[in-house]
Amino acid sequence: MAGEVVLLDFWSSMFAMRVRLALAEKGIKYESKEQDLSNKSPLLLEMNPINKQVPVLIHNGKPVCESLIIVQYIDEVWNDKSPLLPSDPYQRAQARFWADFVDKKVSVAAKNVWSTKGEEQEAGKKEFLETLKIMEGELGDKPYFGGETFGYVDLSLITFYSWFHAYEVLGNINIEAECPKIIAWAKRCMQKEAVAKTLPDQKKVYEFVVQLRKMFVSE
Amino acid sequence: MANEVVLLDFWPSMFGMRVRIALAEKGIKYEYKEEDLKNKSPLLLEMNPINKKIPVLIHNGKPVCESLIIVQYIDEVWNDKSPLLPSEPYQRAQARFWADFVDKKVYGASRKVWSTTGEEEEAGKKEFFEILKTLEVELGDKPYFGGETFGYVDLSFITFYSWFHAYEVLGNINIEAECPKIIAWAKRCLQKESVAKTLPDQKKVYEFVAQMRKRFVSE
Repeated sequence: MAGEVVLLDFWSSMFAMRVRLALAEKGIKYESKEQDLSNKSPLLLEMNPINKQVPVLIHNGKPVCESLIIVQYIDEVWNDKSPLLPSDPYQRAQARFWADFVDKKVSVAAKNVWSTKGEEQEAGKKEFLETLKIMEGELGDKPYFGGETFGYVDLSLITFYSWFHAYEVLGNINIEAECPKIIAWAKRCMQKEAVAKTLPDQKKVYEFVVQLRKMFVSE
Repeated sequence: MANEVVLLDFWPSMFGMRVRIALAEKGIKYEYKEEDLKNKSPLLLEMNPINKKIPVLIHNGKPVCESLIIVQYIDEVWNDKSPLLPSEPYQRAQARFWADFVDKKVYGASRKVWSTTGEEEEAGKKEFFEILKTLEVELGDKPYFGGETFGYVDLSFITFYSWFHAYEVLGNINIEAECPKIIAWAKRCLQKESVAKTLPDQKKVYEFVAQMRKRFVSE
């Protein structure tokens, strides 16, 4: 179970954050190697030749790619503490469904909020808030998506919270006004040490996204 | 494990076919309900309110959505025979990666082959072959992606084989000439009863796709 664990990482990536969070939850010691995504390292290209993206977990020299696949791998290998996925197969299928929803819907809409303008941005904003409202519906009155404890779906979504300030300023939206339950849930998650220590400062992320936006939008 | 299993499906869907193969591999009795996707049933809308898509597996009245999530659920619940995913966590992570690759890459590229024309179609065809060649490398000299036996990655990809004739005619391509190993692998899979009985006739699929193409392309 122990062994050498290396994470090919990027500080502001909400996908890499998911892996850092899972590693923190499990108390796994690892080496984080910050990648320069505009000048990809030979190691990254060797370990993820197909997608050439972070995060990549390298466990005893063998790579695992795609954040949710990595998180499931971590949960299965380090299965002695802090289970992330439910133990019941039906609950597990539901958890996988909602994490997949975050990837396919929330993430895509969120990107349109900061990387577009005009009508395209308006449509992106509308869709982003709709997807968050759907997540609110799924959360219901539970403290976490996982029920009483923080779990796989919480982990898959909370990392986007570090980008909320950027979405709000660049998209001119008020997420708390539209989706108060999501903000309440996020703040609850932030009380967990692993989450608070993993998520980068929202202002730092905002400054990063402002720069990134210039590559997509001429203003 | 006495059960009621219902599958909401659509006969040419390569995603629905994945679930049918998994159910066949496990020898599970189920009720098949064909959906009219232009006139979705109240049952479908109730069981998959988020995406409103097939396939949906309804097990003892409770829905599971998204084909690969359904297949994993089936593998975990009916775990007494014909394992689909590897038992070892690292191999399992690799299997998930490649099934995810099929989902993200094969469908999108193949869609361009049959639903576009001109330059867009040419680009789609080129991309489609690149993706198939990547899969050929991953297959290597193994009889199946799963190794010695048919497994999760084989299941996730073989269902596209039923659309190959449609791609070839509508895209004017020769898949066997470009990717002989994929065709050899597919024919090997077709020797399995669960696959042969599940995949619809390629000519029937071609007629269906030719009709669909008319909605996208004026020729």
